[in-house]
Amino acid sequence: MSTNALTCTAVSVDFDGFKAVNGVDLTLERGEVHFLIGPNGAGKTTLVDAITGLTKYAGSVVKDGVELRGRKVHHIARRGIGRTFQTAQVFEQLTVAQNLDIAAGAARPALSLLRRRTALPEHVVAVMDQIGLARHAQTPAGILAHGQKQWLEIGMLLVGDADVLLLDEPIAGMGQAERDTTGRLLHDIAQTRAVAVVEHDMDFMRAFASRVTVLHAGAVLATGSVDEVTNDPRVQEVYLGAAHEQETADAATA
Amino acid sequence: MSKFFSTRAGAWAGFGAAALVLFGAAPLVLSGFRLGLLAQFLCYAIVAVGIGLAWGRGGMLTLGQGVFFGMGAYLMAMHLKMADAEFRGGAGAVPDFMELAGIRELPAYWVPFASPVFTIAMILVLPTAFAVLLGFAVFKRRVKGAYFAILSQALAGAFAILLIGQQSMGGFNGLSRFRYFFGYNLDDPVNQQMLYFIAAGVLLVVVAVALQLRRSRYGELLVAVRDAEERVRFLGYDAANIKVVAYATAALFASVAGAIFVPVVGIISPASIGIVPSIMFILGVAIGGRASLVGPVVGALAVAWAQTALSEQFPSAWTYAQGLLFIVVIALLPGGIASIAAATKRFRKEPATAEAPA
Amino acid sequence: MDLLVGQLFTGLSTGSILLLAALGLSLTYGQMGVINMAHGEFIMAGCYTAYVVQQVVGDAGVSLLVALPVGFLVGGAMGLVLEWVLIRHLYHRPLDTLLVTFGVGLVLQQVARDVFGAPAVNVTVPQFLRGGVDLLGTAVPKTRLFILALAVVAVAAVALVLRFTPAGRRIRAVVGNRDLAETAGISSRAVDAGTFFIGSGLAGVAGVALTLIGSTSPTTGQSYLVDAFLVVVAGGMGRIKGAVVAAVALGTFQAVFETYSTASLAKVGVFVVIVVFLQLRPQGLFTLRTRSLA
Repeated sequence: MSTNALTCTAVSVDFDGFKAVNGVDLTLERGEVHFLIGPNGAGKTTLVDAITGLTKYAGSVVKDGVELRGRKVHHIARRGIGRTFQTAQVFEQLTVAQNLDIAAGAARPALSLLRRRTALPEHVVAVMDQIGLARHAQTPAGILAHGQKQWLEIGMLLVGDADVLLLDEPIAGMGQAERDTTGRLLHDIAQTRAVAVVEHDMDFMRAFASRVTVLHAGAVLATGSVDEVTNDPRVQEVYLGAAHEQETADAATA
Repeated sequence: MSKFFSTRAGAWAGFGAAALVLFGAAPLVLSGFRLGLLAQFLCYAIVAVGIGLAWGRGGMLTLGQGVFFGMGAYLMAMHLKMADAEFRGGAGAVPDFMELAGIRELPAYWVPFASPVFTIAMILVLPTAFAVLLGFAVFKRRVKGAYFAILSQALAGAFAILLIGQQSMGGFNGLSRFRYFFGYNLDDPVNQQMLYFIAAGVLLVVVAVALQLRRSRYGELLVAVRDAEERVRFLGYDAANIKVVAYATAALFASVAGAIFVPVVGIISPASIGIVPSIMFILGVAIGGRASLVGPVVGALAVAWAQTALSEQFPSAWTYAQGLLFIVVIALLPGGIASIAAATKRFRKEPATAEAPA
Repeated sequence: MDLLVGQLFTGLSTGSILLLAALGLSLTYGQMGVINMAHGEFIMAGCYTAYVVQQVVGDAGVSLLVALPVGFLVGGAMGLVLEWVLIRHLYHRPLDTLLVTFGVGLVLQQVARDVFGAPAVNVTVPQFLRGGVDLLGTAVPKTRLFILALAVVAVAAVALVLRFTPAGRRIRAVVGNRDLAETAGISSRAVDAGTFFIGSGLAGVAGVALTLIGSTSPTTGQSYLVDAFLVVVAGGMGRIKGAVVAAVALGTFQAVFETYSTASLAKVGVFVVIVVFLQLRPQGLFTLRTRSLA
């Protein structure tokens, strides 16, 4: 079995002439945590929107030999692609257990939905442990702490048998301890899956990334290991260059 | 106390109590006339249960339930008219209002409604199928929220206009003056009481169905779609299918309610099914508590009773009251009366939990 | 040929009426996603404004010219009050806004009933608008021509304001990206109130215009409300262009359907057309492309 879980080729997203994503090639492999970084507006979230079927795009996205382009959002989700959102989208009125149970059930036969739940399936309980929310099984998701909601959202993808996870800023708003927990969770789940993380936080990236792809203005600027990318002069220019330009402009007008 | 009702035993107890009141107490306490009024209110309550499911749990503000209510009502009315005509003039006779309107020959689409079996089948199937079609057309295309509300309202308006224009459906005056209901003479108070029992029984059945749906996995899914539809899609579910089920169920309930309404009240006209009646169904559900099980029933009964008691004596004041109720209840108490009950329960619990260590 | 011209003109005329009724709604619905079910009653208020002005002024021509701006102010003021008292508290609850404003509409209808009585009242048409004009062989009523011209002026005025005035630019900024506009120093609260004022004012103007072709009763507004919403829905939220095209298209459809069947079947036909159209293009005719999930 190839380790290539997801292959994006020449993906481009055009919003009325504005190219939000411009010819991006990206491969995600099982066993890695692949970070997608880049300045705001670089097209990271738009790329995820495209892969998951929310936005139209040109190019090709292939998972396990099947082309995903043109398919509906829920079909792509059923094929094992899971994504999280910048603000965790969970079902606030339902409990943690209910959230996970629903997430696990997309493949259930329709008529079985008409019955009450008798017990949580085993793998749902296992995931609840994995994300550290077993104590909160009966807590409504709406009153969870911010970090716990993020973990719940990730958990929902795990119970649904997602094997390609696209996580959009999973540590936004988390404290240091929570970040470490999240990082270890990511490594845990990446063992059998492909995990892509859209992030800004450089420290988090240095600590937990297996590979990094840098996006800028919708195109891939560099890709490789953490060291390769941080030492790449083009990347340095993009991340430092804006500050540099401002300095020069300030000096000129002074 | 509501914890008790959440258990299976509690649910049975609740139904038992309701059955006792509806079947035991009410017929003894209320006169024939008032019992008939209550039967009418119960019909509105049946519609309200459906709305509670579609709107309260599913987030679909359907302003067009009058269409399904009207379908069930007119379908039943057609059969009753056919049966009466047959009784008077033999098979194939033209109903009395058609004779008066100068329609000598029975329009083709009326003919099958001579059969009670066909009529009942149509009452159950036709509006539901229509709701399924409309639901798919609208929800698959991700038309939701406000757009859906407006479309459903326009549908109610179009339906009423269509009926007003159809002389063979009674036009503006609708269909009335029914003599028999499946062989039972409608003038006989015993049969009127039977109709009341039918309405009460159907209400209990409908509430039981709603309860099961709420407690099932489907019920959770419906709430999930209401609160975070995109998330549900991203989990692999087709949210449109989930919504269609709730919408079609609401349509079915409304249709059955309409069908019972006709022999109880004795008339159905476009005035009962257009834009304004459709949105009035919503008022009762909103007051009682749209997302609760019993709230819509209580709210619908209360509004229907107030309407009957007040609209004739104080028409101006009642209209103001309706408007103000819409404004105040929705703006300040969107969960309806049921949310007051829930809030007081939480309030009573809090002093205890505040003492426990954080 | 006569028939075709007649149909086309009726379509344009009906379309222009729809457009006047829907223009303000397109602003308020498109601007804030606010569904104001009392919009019909604002139209009705415009009708009664024309009636009252005529009682005061007497001369039909003068009263019409006075009533137009007064109707705008009356409608605008009502909209402002409604926005300030109720709607601004409900921005994140669009469906609830719909129901609340419906309640407001009910109250307003009853007020009209209590003040003016339930039976319809009439506003005298000024002398210079009576009769018809011969256009390509068909007799075209002057009142309808006037309304057509008024609709054109109204659309032009709104378009000019949006494009060239500072206020208009602020409105466009808030519609495009509310948060960004706020960081640029624009008070979205003030802009919202202002947009609601203009939108409701337009409803008032529509009401005044409607008195030229029909009588006024407390329920006059209701009959235009659903149609106005359908125009907005079909045209695409908040797009003036869309409202114009949709209004003319729907007006024409209705006129064509009416010649071949009854008025009621025409309404049903229009409804079917819209549902089918939304199947093919659920976002309406023209949309603003934004990167939101909705």
